[in-house]
Amino acid sequence: MGVERVPRVVRDVPSRADRRFDHLTMAAGLSVLVLLSLVGVFLLLQSREAIEITGPWQFLTREEWRTDVQPPRIGVLGLLCGTVLVALVAVSFAIPLGVLCALFITEYSTAKTRKWLTATVDLLAAVPSLLFGLWGFLYLTDKIVPVSRWLTDHLGFIPIFATDEGSNLTGSIFIAGIVVSLMVLPIVTSVVREVFAQTPPGEKEAALALGSTRWGMIRTVVLPYGRGGIVGGSMLGLGRALGETIAVAIILPGVPVVSWKILQNGGATVSGFIANRAGADEFTVSGLMAAGLVLFVITLATNMVASVVVARSRSGVGVEL
Amino acid sequence: MSVLTTPRTDPGQRPGSGPVRPGTVSAPSFHRRRPRERTATDVVTLVGSLISAYCVNWLIFERILSGVDLFGFVVCTYLTFLVIFGVVTADRLGRLVATDRVVTLLVVTGALVVLVPLVVLIGYIVVEGLRALRPNFFVEDQQGITPLMPATAGGGSHAIVGTVEQVGLALLWSLPLGIAAAVFLNESRSRWRRPVRVFVDAMSGLPSIVAGLFIFAVLILPYAQSNNPLFGYNGFMASLALAITMLPTITRTVEVVLRLVPDGLREASLALGASRARTVWSVVFPTARTGMTTAVVLGIARAVGETAPLLFTAFGYDLMNSNPFRGPQESLPLFVYRNIRKPDEAAIARGFAGALVLMTIVLGLFAIARFVGRDRSRRQARAASMPRSTASSSARSSTP
Amino acid sequence: MTETTLARPLSRRPTSRARQESPVTLVGGPPPGPAELEARDACAWFGDHLVLEGVNLRMRAGEVTALIGPSGCGKSTFLRLLNRMHELVPGSALAGEILLDGEDIYAPGRRAQEVRMRIGMVFQKPNPFPAMTIRENVLSGLKLARIRCDDKERLVEESLERAGLWREVKDRLDRPGGALSGGQQQRLCIARSLAVHPNVLLMDEPCSALDPTSTRRIEDTIAELRGQVTVVIVTHNMQQAHRVSDHTAFFLAEENQPGQVIEQGPTAKIFSTPDDPRTLDYVQGRFG
Repeated sequence: MGVERVPRVVRDVPSRADRRFDHLTMAAGLSVLVLLSLVGVFLLLQSREAIEITGPWQFLTREEWRTDVQPPRIGVLGLLCGTVLVALVAVSFAIPLGVLCALFITEYSTAKTRKWLTATVDLLAAVPSLLFGLWGFLYLTDKIVPVSRWLTDHLGFIPIFATDEGSNLTGSIFIAGIVVSLMVLPIVTSVVREVFAQTPPGEKEAALALGSTRWGMIRTVVLPYGRGGIVGGSMLGLGRALGETIAVAIILPGVPVVSWKILQNGGATVSGFIANRAGADEFTVSGLMAAGLVLFVITLATNMVASVVVARSRSGVGVEL
Repeated sequence: MSVLTTPRTDPGQRPGSGPVRPGTVSAPSFHRRRPRERTATDVVTLVGSLISAYCVNWLIFERILSGVDLFGFVVCTYLTFLVIFGVVTADRLGRLVATDRVVTLLVVTGALVVLVPLVVLIGYIVVEGLRALRPNFFVEDQQGITPLMPATAGGGSHAIVGTVEQVGLALLWSLPLGIAAAVFLNESRSRWRRPVRVFVDAMSGLPSIVAGLFIFAVLILPYAQSNNPLFGYNGFMASLALAITMLPTITRTVEVVLRLVPDGLREASLALGASRARTVWSVVFPTARTGMTTAVVLGIARAVGETAPLLFTAFGYDLMNSNPFRGPQESLPLFVYRNIRKPDEAAIARGFAGALVLMTIVLGLFAIARFVGRDRSRRQARAASMPRSTASSSARSSTP
Repeated sequence: MTETTLARPLSRRPTSRARQESPVTLVGGPPPGPAELEARDACAWFGDHLVLEGVNLRMRAGEVTALIGPSGCGKSTFLRLLNRMHELVPGSALAGEILLDGEDIYAPGRRAQEVRMRIGMVFQKPNPFPAMTIRENVLSGLKLARIRCDDKERLVEESLERAGLWREVKDRLDRPGGALSGGQQQRLCIARSLAVHPNVLLMDEPCSALDPTSTRRIEDTIAELRGQVTVVIVTHNMQQAHRVSDHTAFFLAEENQPGQVIEQGPTAKIFSTPDDPRTLDYVQGRFG
C-alpha cells in the first residue's frame, strides 16, 4: 500500500520536420486567435467614444438615432427591437417549415428525392442574401401586401397584426422577416435533418415492429431523439437571422422605432441600419460600432446557447453546427 | 400497380429445393410485388375531401362573406381539407391511421412550401435579368451612362473585374491561414487549441457588416487626411474585410472535413514511422482532398455574394478600376445593390442583369462543389440505401 | 374491436403447460391465440439483386420454428419479409405470398401497421427506447398501436414475467430502460413485444450479442412461449436451434445464387438424419 504509484512521464523527441510543422500550425492558430481578438478589441475601443458621449444606459434604452443635433442623441433600442422582431418573424416561419422539410427528407422521401431535396436546400443556402433582398423588395412585397392587408383586416384585434389607420404596408418587418426566414430555412433544415438522420435505426424498427404508424414512430423515436437538434438548429437560425444585413437593408426603410406593429412600413435592424450609413463621419461610425457590438454580443450568446443545447442532447454528439 | 414480370429464368437445376410443400410446383419466374397500402378508396377520400373543402369555402367566401381573398381562401380551404380528410379517414380506418395520414399531408406540404420560393426566386431573376443582359455587359462599364439611356447600354465588366480581384485577394489571405489553423485545431496537441476554437466559433457569428465597419474604422477612417491611396476605399480593403468574414468559416469547415479522416489512417501512417508532418501531408490531406475542395468552393461561393463588408471598403465605382490597391472599386454585389436603389427603371434593369450574372457564378460554383464532392456522396448514398445487415450479407454472398 | 385474452382453448396448444394464465384484456389488439404463418414462393430483392428465391415454408401455430444457415443466406431477410419490415429498405422488392392464418399480409390495401401489430419482432441488437422507463417501454406498443388495456400494471407484470425479467426489475420499473444490462435489455424488448399479445413472435438472432447466462434465460423464455405464440427464430447457434425449436428450416445460398430453403422438417430429423448432404455438413459444423 505504502508505495505511491507515479505514472512515468513519456516524452517524444520530435523530428526537425515535426517541430517545424508544429511551429507553423501553431503560428497559424495563434495568428487567427490574435486577428479575431483584435477585431473584438477594436470594436470595443472604437465604440467607446459614442457610448461615453451618450452614456451607456441612454445608449441602450434610447429609441431614436439622431446625429444632426448637439449633443447627438443616439440609442440602440429601436434598432434592437426591429432586429429581434425580424428575427422572430423569420424563425417562426423557418422552424416549423424546416422541421417538416427535414422530416420529409429523412422519413418520407425515397432515396432519389432525398438526394435532390437535400441538394435543393443546400442550394437555397448558397443563394446570396442580396438576391433574396432584391427578390423580396421588387417581387415578394407585392405578393405579401394583400396577405398583410387580410391579416390586419381580419385579425387586427391581435396586437401584432394591428396597424395604424391607412398606413402603408410595404417595407414592413413582416416582409423582411419572411425574406430572412427563407435564408434561415436551409440552416434549420440541415441541422435538424442531420440529427434526424442519426436516429438509431434499431429504435425506429422497434417502434414499427410494434405496429406503430410512421407518425407514431416519429413521435416516439425521431422527435425525442432530435429534440436537442431542433432547439439547437432553431437557435442557430435565430443567430443568423439576427445578423442578416443586406436583404433587410433593402426592404426596411431604416427608421429605428419601438413598435409591435410588424405589418406596417417602418423599423430598422442593427445590421441593416449600419449598411445604409456607408461613408459616415467618425462619431456616427463609433455609434455604429457600438450598435454592432451589441448585436455581436446577442448573436454570440444565441450561438453559444445553441451549441450547448446541441452538445448536451443525446443526439448532439458529432453534429456540426 | 407496378407488377413487373422479371425476365429471369430458372437456373436449370435447383438441387434440393427440397421437401417443400408437396403438390406445389415452384414457379419458374416470380412476379415482383410492390406492397401498396393505398387503395382506390384512399384516393377517392383524398380527392373528395379536396373538392368538398373547396366547395365549402367557395360557399362561405363567395356567397356568405361576398368578397374573395385569395390568401384567406387558400389557407381556409387547406385547413378545411385537412379536417375533412382527417375525419373521413378516422371514420374509415381509425384515429391512428387518420393522424398518420394528416401528418403525412402536412409534411409533404411543408417540403413543397420550401421548394416553391426557390424556384420562383431563380425564375424571377433569370426573367428580369435577361431583359437587360447583353454581351456588352461583359466588356463595357458604366462610362457616360445617363438615366435616360436604355437598360442595355453600358455594362458591368468593371464589377466582374472587381469581384474577381477582391475575392481572389481575400482567398490569398484567408485560405492558407484558415487551412493551417484547421490543421492546428485537428492535428496538434497544443493547449492553445481550445481558446483558438472558442474564438473561431465566436467570430463565425460576427455579422459581416461589422467586419466591413471594422476595416473602415481601423484602416480607412484614421487615414482620411493622409492621401495615401492604399488606406482609402479600395479593393484591397474589401479583400481584407472579406477575409475576416471567410476566415472562421473556412477554418471550421476544413476542420470538420479533417475530422472525418479516420484516425486509423493516421495511426497506420505513424506506425510506419512517418513524422506527423508527413502524415498530414501525405495521408490526411489526400484523403480529405475532395471534402476540402468542396468546402473551399462553397466558401468562395459565399464570398462572391457578400455585399455587406464591401459597402464600407470597396465603396463602389461606376468605371473600370482594375487596380485593387488604389481608389474605389465596383464589385458585382455592389453593382446590383447600388443600381436597384436608383429610382430609374433602366438602372433597376441593369441591377437585375448583374444579379443574373452573380447568381450564375454562385450556382456555377455550387455545381462545381457538388461535382467535386460527387464521388464521395454517391458512395455514401449507395451505402445508405441498404441496411447494414443486408448490405453486408448480400455483399458477402456475391463475393466469390 | 376485438377482445383479446390470453386464456385460449387448450386444443390449440400442442404442448400444454401448467401455467397460470393471466386474463389481462386488451381492446383493439390482435385476435387471440397463436397464428399460423406460411410463405409461398417468397422471393426478395434488394435493388436488382435477388437475395431470396422461392421459399415455401409453413410455421405452425404455437410451434417454434428455427431458421438456420450460414451468413448471407437470406434468413434475416426472410424473417423481415414475414412482418413487412423488408419493404422499409429502399429499393427492396418481393414476390410470392406470406399467409397469416390463410390471409396474405401483402394483399392490396392491407396495412403494414396492422400486420406488424400481430407479428412482433425482436432484433439482433437490443433496442429498448432509451428515453422511456422500463414500464413505459413495456407499454409502448399499446400506445403506438392504440390498444386499450384495463389493467396496465397487471399487463406490465405479466409481460415481464413471460419474458423472465419480472423478478429482476420489479423494484425499478421507473428506471430508464437503457440502464439495464444487455441481456436484460433484450428480455425487456421481448416483454415489449409480448405486451401487445401478438400471434407470432419473430426473433432475429436474439442472443448473438449476449453472454451465455442471458442466452439461457432467453431460451427458457422461448420454451415458455411455446403454445402461446408462434415463434420464428433465426439463429447461428446450432445447439440453440436444437434446444428450442420444434421445426427447422435450413437456408443456403450457393455462390452467386440467391438464398433458398434447402431442407425443412422436424428439428430432431434435421439434426440427425437430414435428406440433403449439405444440411448434414452444416449441422455437423463442417462449414458455415
